[in-house]
Amino acid sequence: MTATEKAPSKAAGKDSQLTEMTWDPITRIVGSLGIYTKIDFKAKRVAECHSTSSIFRGYSIFMKGKDPRDAHFITSRICGICGDNHATCSVYNQNMAYGVRPPHLGEWIINLGESAEYMFDHNIFQENLVGVDYCERMVAETNPGVLERANATEAPHAADHGYRTIGDIMRSLNPLEGEFYREALQVSRSTREMFCLMEGRHVHPSTLYPGGVGTVATVQLFTDYLTRLMRYVEFMKRVVPMHDDLFDFMYEALPGYEEVGRRRVLLGCWGSLNNPEYCDFTYQNMADWGRKMFVTPGVVVDGKLVTTSLVDINLGIRILLGHSYYEDWEDKEMFVTHDPLGNPVDRRHPWNQHTIPRPAKRDFDDKYSWTMSPRWFDGKDYLPLDTGGGPIARLWATALAGLVDFGYVKSTGHSVQINLPRTMSRPETTFEWKIPVDKAGQPLSNAIERNRARTYFQAYAAACALYFTEQALAEVRAGHTKTWESFKVPDEAFSCGFTEAVRGVLSHHMVIRGGKIANYHPYPPTPWNGSVRDTYGTPGPYEDAVQNTPIFEENAPDNFKGIDIMRAVRSFDPCLPCGVHMYLGGGRVLKTAHSPTGITLAV
Amino acid sequence: MTQESQATQDPVIHILWMNGGLGCDGDSVALTAATQPSIEEIVLGALPGLPKVAVHWPLIDFECGPEQGADNFIEWWHKADRGELEPFVLVVEGSIPNEAIKSEGYWCGFGNNPATGQPMTTSEWLDRLAPKATAILAVGTCATYGGIHAMAGNPTGAMGVPDYLGWDWKSKAGLPIVCVPGCPIQPDNLSETILYLLYQVTGQAPMIPLDDALRPRWLFEATVHQGCDRAGYYEEGTFAGEYDSPTCLVKLGCWGPVVKCNVPKRGWINGVGGCPNVGGICIACTMPGFPDKFMPFMDEPPGSRVSATASGMYGSVIRSLRGITARTVDKEPKWRVKGTELRTGYQKTW
Repeated sequence: MTATEKAPSKAAGKDSQLTEMTWDPITRIVGSLGIYTKIDFKAKRVAECHSTSSIFRGYSIFMKGKDPRDAHFITSRICGICGDNHATCSVYNQNMAYGVRPPHLGEWIINLGESAEYMFDHNIFQENLVGVDYCERMVAETNPGVLERANATEAPHAADHGYRTIGDIMRSLNPLEGEFYREALQVSRSTREMFCLMEGRHVHPSTLYPGGVGTVATVQLFTDYLTRLMRYVEFMKRVVPMHDDLFDFMYEALPGYEEVGRRRVLLGCWGSLNNPEYCDFTYQNMADWGRKMFVTPGVVVDGKLVTTSLVDINLGIRILLGHSYYEDWEDKEMFVTHDPLGNPVDRRHPWNQHTIPRPAKRDFDDKYSWTMSPRWFDGKDYLPLDTGGGPIARLWATALAGLVDFGYVKSTGHSVQINLPRTMSRPETTFEWKIPVDKAGQPLSNAIERNRARTYFQAYAAACALYFTEQALAEVRAGHTKTWESFKVPDEAFSCGFTEAVRGVLSHHMVIRGGKIANYHPYPPTPWNGSVRDTYGTPGPYEDAVQNTPIFEENAPDNFKGIDIMRAVRSFDPCLPCGVHMYLGGGRVLKTAHSPTGITLAV
Repeated sequence: MTQESQATQDPVIHILWMNGGLGCDGDSVALTAATQPSIEEIVLGALPGLPKVAVHWPLIDFECGPEQGADNFIEWWHKADRGELEPFVLVVEGSIPNEAIKSEGYWCGFGNNPATGQPMTTSEWLDRLAPKATAILAVGTCATYGGIHAMAGNPTGAMGVPDYLGWDWKSKAGLPIVCVPGCPIQPDNLSETILYLLYQVTGQAPMIPLDDALRPRWLFEATVHQGCDRAGYYEEGTFAGEYDSPTCLVKLGCWGPVVKCNVPKRGWINGVGGCPNVGGICIACTMPGFPDKFMPFMDEPPGSRVSATASGMYGSVIRSLRGITARTVDKEPKWRVKGTELRTGYQKTW
């Protein structure tokens, strides 16, 4: 058994106690995701969950035969919030295929753009999307007693963030009216300005190319970036303690909340932010330069680091179809039988994948989603790794590996220290992210810790950006302003690119034949997190995490919102055109009266 | 949540935002970057004369209850379908796949059809809601003209909203489909168009001026080149041979001379960023012919070569040369049409 332990069994005859609950589409995420559940309201548990994605576009199909240099322009369009991560990954992939190594300055500029993306995206998701699940209005509608307690609870770090009680923090997160909610929305804009300084446009960049960037590197470029960055650093000095207070309070106010969205620690991180001193984009040296990344690649199983080698990571990827609307490719040709180091490459690896759509009715006992089931084969099991929305996996792998140490950030082997310099009104500050454990000392991957890690990683990204700005400015001051290197597209090649999209692992695999794309398979984080039950019956991470979620919401089925389930799902920062439904017994459809004058958009 | 205090006049205008097409949500995300006006200014009525609006937008909506419980988000769509929302503006994001080229299943769905328990397809929502909508706003190049997901060899037969409903389609209030292209949309271009439409549907502004491709004229009448601050290099005949050169990128794949878009002039966000003005070739992402008529993106555009060589000459000669290319690229490829046949070149496997 590779997943978390089985959800409570649904013995025959007990189905009558289960209530169907369906969310489709889930709001406050990117894309369309449906969650279909069966809830046992007596036991206050989710008994069964299916997650479904209701969209198919066919990138791997329509990219065939196209010019490989178009790959990053095309694949950016896969995602509307982290498209630049795709463009970046595709450019890395192309660099390997074309054998080109960009000038250092070009790499620092990409790193600055990608750091800004983390700063922007985690911020808007945390405060304007997931934060709403913890706002006063939501808590009042789901757990009035908890709000009462929040109003009476002094915030331990009030001096750092300015909110006297936890209730005040919750009010500040109220959509639209909340002061912090509006501030965060503004911060999401200034961080996108930082992004656009480096990559031209958000979210589909204009200035990225294989071989480097077209961004014109001047002193002004980095001054414009740095001034905005320092304001962000000051902002994060308030945000980290504020979220610590809020999340710690949830554990106190709702004993057992550790179990919401909890699943076995099965985390993947493909590493991000290359170090141009070491990264030569060759496959042969990939394990070495991967370990020099500013976020360390790694697979963490049950709290233990299994590998930090990008070659191991690459060779372990398997694409299973399970309950998705595709035909298998067992009888199709293999594109790559061995990697450049001579290691055998599996038929189910993305290099050898063929995407063959077979649209069908949605049937939860058969096929029910357009999402396939990527798994990581450790030699024994097909592990349903998740990314926890990105940050928790990145921090966990980086903390255990102990490889990152550049002043602003230090990995200690059990934690990550983030050192932020003095800002306009606040002194030098160090934050330390520690590997989360439950009360019994067991490693803990759950909704609250995924969210907490997100806030810490915002500070981590800012710290990295400080370092990158210094490096880039040093190049410019030394007169090295070249940001792009020329290259030739070979007739035959195969290659891969790895990075961390905002929400987690991202890989692109390409095969070139006759100078054209013969095969291209991108694997973003959400197929990992939102995957369906695979060929072996192992549920995907959303399904798994929701199936283990206890219900703390006080509402009866008739006015049930499913806030605990939504918190579990949103903690993964879902980002794909996909859907999630919930199953509240009896299949009863309630008609709730809504005021037609209601403004449901609270933004 | 009512916003009586912000209300300046009745009735409430509902905005139903459907991101269920073949897209990436990039236009939703881009709109959160808008500052002229910002979404909070529109919703809170921060500009004079703004009507009270109720925006039902998946990206950021407070409501997210289950179908069977409280605050079911999709219920607003069913209300509109039953004729219980009046008036409403339907915003469509993502291209419309052709669901007629297969016998079962769906390419994309948005919520469920209560009658079948199966996903309600985006095209079915369009069929149901189009006759009832006061206006339809197609946002982003996917929804307007098909975009990336409608490129040659695609398996879904994707097309834009005007391809699906008809280019001559008019709403019950007499409005054509309003298209704001861009991949994604420039944030302020969209928020400004929404603002214009809110003024129009409340009788405070005349019919929105649109061009042949249904784009707001004031946003899309000039070319990228006309607004590009590197055009001076073009005039001097200084063309970049490498992508990190600060000069004109036309010989490296920039389609600026024939592309209708204001981004180099307006910047991407608060005047920061853009495309050729900051070192990114224009790949023509606002155009009906995008992407097919511009690929491979990194090759020199044939039309621009003529113009570039003759860049010392000005006036009607150059303008008419460009006109020929511009008319071609301002049209979609021929396979983006309705019908039971898939014409994209992909061999069906189902």
